[in-house]
Amino acid sequence: MNIVVLVKQVPDTATERKLNADDKTLDRAASDGVINELDEYAIEEALQLKEKHGGEVTILTMGPDQATDSIRKALSMGADKAVFVNDDALHGSDSLQTAYALAQALGTIEYDVVVLGSESTDARTGVVGAALAEYLGLPQLTFARKVDVDGSTIRIQRQTDYGYDVVEAQLPAVVSVVEKINEPRYPSFKLIMQAKKKPVDKKSAADAGIDTARVGLANATTETVDFDAAPPRAAGTVVKDEGDGGAKIADFLVEKKFV
Amino acid sequence: MAEVLVLVDHVDGQVKKVTTELLTAARRIGEPAAVWVGDGAESGRAALAEYGAEKVYVATAELNDHVVAPKAELLAKLAQDKGAAAILVSATAENKEIAGRTAVKLGSGVLTDVVDVNADVVAEHSIFGGATITHARVRTGVPIVAVRPNSVPAEAASGAAAEEAVSVEVSDAAKTARVVERVNEEQGERPELTEAAIVVSGGRGVGSDDFSVVEDLADSLGAAVGASRAAVDSGWYPNQFQVGQTGKTVSPNLYVALGISGAIQHRAGMQTAKNIVAVNKDPEAPIFELADYGVVGDLHKVAPQLTEEIKKRK
Ligand SMILES: Cc1cc2nc3c(=O)[nH]c(=O)nc-3n(C[C@H](O)[C@H](O)[C@@H](O)COP(=O)(O)OP(=O)(O)OC[C@H]3O[C@@H](n4cnc5c(N)ncnc54)[C@H](O)[C@@H]3O)c2cc1C
Ligand SMILES: Cc1cc2nc3c(=O)[nH]c(=O)nc-3n(C[C@H](O)[C@H](O)[C@H](O)COP(=O)(O)OP(=O)(O)OC[C@H]3O[C@@H](n4cnc5c(N)ncnc54)[C@H](O)[C@@H]3O)c2cc1C
Repeated sequence: MNIVVLVKQVPDTATERKLNADDKTLDRAASDGVINELDEYAIEEALQLKEKHGGEVTILTMGPDQATDSIRKALSMGADKAVFVNDDALHGSDSLQTAYALAQALGTIEYDVVVLGSESTDARTGVVGAALAEYLGLPQLTFARKVDVDGSTIRIQRQTDYGYDVVEAQLPAVVSVVEKINEPRYPSFKLIMQAKKKPVDKKSAADAGIDTARVGLANATTETVDFDAAPPRAAGTVVKDEGDGGAKIADFLVEKKFV
Repeated sequence: MAEVLVLVDHVDGQVKKVTTELLTAARRIGEPAAVWVGDGAESGRAALAEYGAEKVYVATAELNDHVVAPKAELLAKLAQDKGAAAILVSATAENKEIAGRTAVKLGSGVLTDVVDVNADVVAEHSIFGGATITHARVRTGVPIVAVRPNSVPAEAASGAAAEEAVSVEVSDAAKTARVVERVNEEQGERPELTEAAIVVSGGRGVGSDDFSVVEDLADSLGAAVGASRAAVDSGWYPNQFQVGQTGKTVSPNLYVALGISGAIQHRAGMQTAKNIVAVNKDPEAPIFELADYGVVGDLHKVAPQLTEEIKKRK
């Protein structure tokens, strides 16, 4: 069973994140890049599927030059190879354009399952998995907290507000994962050394079959009009508990009409 | 005036509060038309009328038998047939997916997790854990906007809420991911986390899997219970209650943080709360930077006293 994992490099949330003043896109140079956390869970799930069913795990990343660091990390977790779509024409693509571009790039790879994170930590739209399924015309098995494959049938538990739905489909399919699904492994020293030799196939937009008139900032379906630092919250009151801390909060809640 | 489609969130015929907020926002843009999927529209109609829905399009529950895609077909068809000016949905995980697929079908764009939207469908986002405010718009086709619960205050305005059944021929392509079972996990009587007007959350400071100090306070306020990742990772509280970057985003009128330090990843999920109260024994805890009211002290003393005081003063 061949599996493609979609891995996005995002700025480390522990560092200060900024937008570029000129084109209002994410300033990816301002902070360190890391693998989007949920994508590590996606990689882990792919590795577990491979361990059970055989096949190969391919990482697919679209991003700027420095995203190679995240690709190496993904390979050192145990993935076999990577496809890196890297082209200035893709800069500023929004969620739907990203899904379109990834769908096109997937057209150049053989796979039975596509696994991705259910949400990124930078843009956080949570739209890519669904839009990708729409573009590919494949079953949408998103927000999975458990995945089982039996022959050509795939079954997941889809996390919902009330619990979960059991969802079933025929392969190939698009699967997005939530944090509950597994515990990602740490790369071993041996795997880190091996990862250096694993193939990374770098593709331009054209190589990946992406129509550059449909991607990038100039063709985006959405546009950031302006941005600004959030106004600081008005300083609040902080008191030390002198045995009446609970009552004091109650006073505050009464004043604010919550009680 | 052009119609603005509002996808209704409901449970057993009860309209959720966020839908009344969406109808309020829709009135700024055009004429609100509610889209109801499933049974119970008759019992929900009054609430929709009260918040200005002029129409209620009703589609059958069968659309829920397959993941997301059938509802996207419904919205895309309605948007085209009615020449809609915009589509508004609540920013839940599933609705954002519906929004995304609908936008692909319509060749338009989607704005997610917005905290406000104006008459020209320019939407306000709060990003990077609340540190930056952006305004954005959709450049092509029918704008689709996913609005966070508790962001736009609901205001009543009467509407006709004229019911109209819509039949959609769901395509085979939209029937590939079949829901074979729905499992309800213990929710109790508490309000749903992302929708609740008040959320009380506990962190590592709670100290054990006995979360009753948090739950009792929540129940005295009619609030939902949340947890930090440290509490969830320790196995003290179930995963679906995690608030933050990798958990739920909440935007309640009141957020109470008990024994939570206020890490940036936690703030990402609660910073747009209108009022924040914190109890923490460490005066240097970053959560106090956000707090409208903070008490430096032991939550195991402060929270039970607060619970008692609330019961007394109610
Ligand atoms: C602060 C901010 C707000 C934004 N708001 C919007 C908005 O409202 N509407 C809009 O259309 N666009 C928006 N964008 C732009 C756009 O959503 C992203 O930059 C886009 O590339 C992917 O969307 P996402 O990260 O939200 O995807 P999500 O749907 O949150 O990501 C889900 C998964 O998709 C996969 N994935 C996503 N991107 C890639 C990639 N480049 N390579 C490989 N795998 C990937 C990963 O597995 C990831 O876990 C915003 C960008 C920023 C920085
Ligand atoms: C990629 C990534 C994603 C993450 N996503 C999330 C997320 O979604 N949600 C989330 O919450 N975190 C998330 N985190 C983790 C986050 O960085 C913090 O580690 C976490 O929020 C800490 O939880 P806490 O505040 O409960 O614990 P701590 O930081 O340990 O804080 C406990 C606090 O309790 C106080 N305390 C202890 N005892 C008492 C007492 N008796 N009375 C009063 N106060 C007391 C302490 O002074 C301390 O301030 C993420 C981290 C990463 C790297």
